[in-house]
Amino acid sequence: MERLLDVRRLETEQLGPLDLYLQAGELVQITGASGSGKSLLLRALADLDPSSGTVRLMGRDRERIAPTDWRRQVAYVPAETAWWAETVREHFPAGWQPDQAASWLERFSLPEEALDWEIERLSSGERQRLGLLRAFLNRPRILLLDEPTANLDLENTRRIERAVRSYLAETEAGALWVSHDTLQRGRLGGRVLEIRDRRMVA
Amino acid sequence: MSVISLSALDLTLAALLVLALAGLTLWARLAVGRSLLIASVRTVLQLLLVGLVLQTLFDHAQLGWVALMAAVMLLVAGYEVMARQERRFAGIWGYGIGTATMFVSAFAVTVLALTTMVGPSPWWEPQYAIPLLGMLLGNTMTGIALGLDRLTQAVWRERRVIEGRLALGDSWLCATSTMRREAARSGLMPTINAMAAAGVVSLPGMMTGQILAGVAPVEAVKYQILIMFLIAAGTGFGALGAVWLASVRLFDHRSRLRLDRLHPGRR
Repeated sequence: MERLLDVRRLETEQLGPLDLYLQAGELVQITGASGSGKSLLLRALADLDPSSGTVRLMGRDRERIAPTDWRRQVAYVPAETAWWAETVREHFPAGWQPDQAASWLERFSLPEEALDWEIERLSSGERQRLGLLRAFLNRPRILLLDEPTANLDLENTRRIERAVRSYLAETEAGALWVSHDTLQRGRLGGRVLEIRDRRMVA
Repeated sequence: MSVISLSALDLTLAALLVLALAGLTLWARLAVGRSLLIASVRTVLQLLLVGLVLQTLFDHAQLGWVALMAAVMLLVAGYEVMARQERRFAGIWGYGIGTATMFVSAFAVTVLALTTMVGPSPWWEPQYAIPLLGMLLGNTMTGIALGLDRLTQAVWRERRVIEGRLALGDSWLCATSTMRREAARSGLMPTINAMAAAGVVSLPGMMTGQILAGVAPVEAVKYQILIMFLIAAGTGFGALGAVWLASVRLFDHRSRLRLDRLHPGRR
């Protein structure tokens, strides 16, 4: 079976060379001491930082995909999502589908009015849920989740875990999830990879 | 046209005023007395020197010498632009972006003005070419320095937003549009303000100088209008060009934000 994401000899200034892969629908957790380069790995995969090596998405080489398309398909979601305009809907990607948004709002336990909420007044839980929802609207094939629940209470954490699970089940996308939380590690399950001394340890 | 020549005594009297000011700042413990005196001495030396250089240049009016003088002025202005950046580009780009855009805008506008509007003969006649270029470079320099500084600061401050937008699939152009627009605007503002206030709030220096030298006010005003328009064009094109070049340089071929291409300046 063809791998959804196939990474060979990925190397940046502080990381690698390392290999990893993701199957369709799979969630893989990334752990490692702080400063070991977990975020750097995700940033390199999203092509936000320069890296060498080959990265293939469904058999297609990253270099052959325009950067804007790549990042729509390989969505990076940081621990603190960035917001720049007044209301939530202004941050949605061009061409987003209202029915899709509505369906995800419901699954994130957010009301439909949330689209018109002012960013200033969002709680951190709402920000993270909406940040993830916004990324889902691009229909990415890969989710790169950089401690998306780091600053959240358990209720919001569980909501996000469930939403990601249902996104993967529905779209056959894959996810790399960076987490510090050992309890979360148990809940999420799946393969766990550790970064140590620039390398990947299974 | 007649100019009342200033004697050494006249200048000495003016210098006494500065000395009096220095005395007052000393008494008030403003701690600027020293820099005030140094600045005054620099004024005297630098202006005397440039006076001599210009005199020599006028006496030996040759295209080569005029070009050399213009090149020196450009290189110094380029250095000034770079020195005013808090976060300037690493390597040749730090110096290159400002200098290149100044060369294109200020030089092009000066040459255009000399050949088609003022029309001295030869067109590079130093009496016209050097002051014109000097005024253009001086203003263009400010506009470009402001625009570049504003851009790099904003991009540095907003890097999380820029990368957040890139991560959602926005192009780098889209992710930086507000910052680029504001930077270009801040480069243009001083010139627009100067034009809006010209003659009402302040009498522009060149016009004042010509009137002092005995030129009829209406003639002086015409020159001033010409200069103002040239400065607006030079500064505007320069600032727009510099902001554009700089924002291109801030991203690489995979539209990654490359803040590693900036390094903090002297401040």
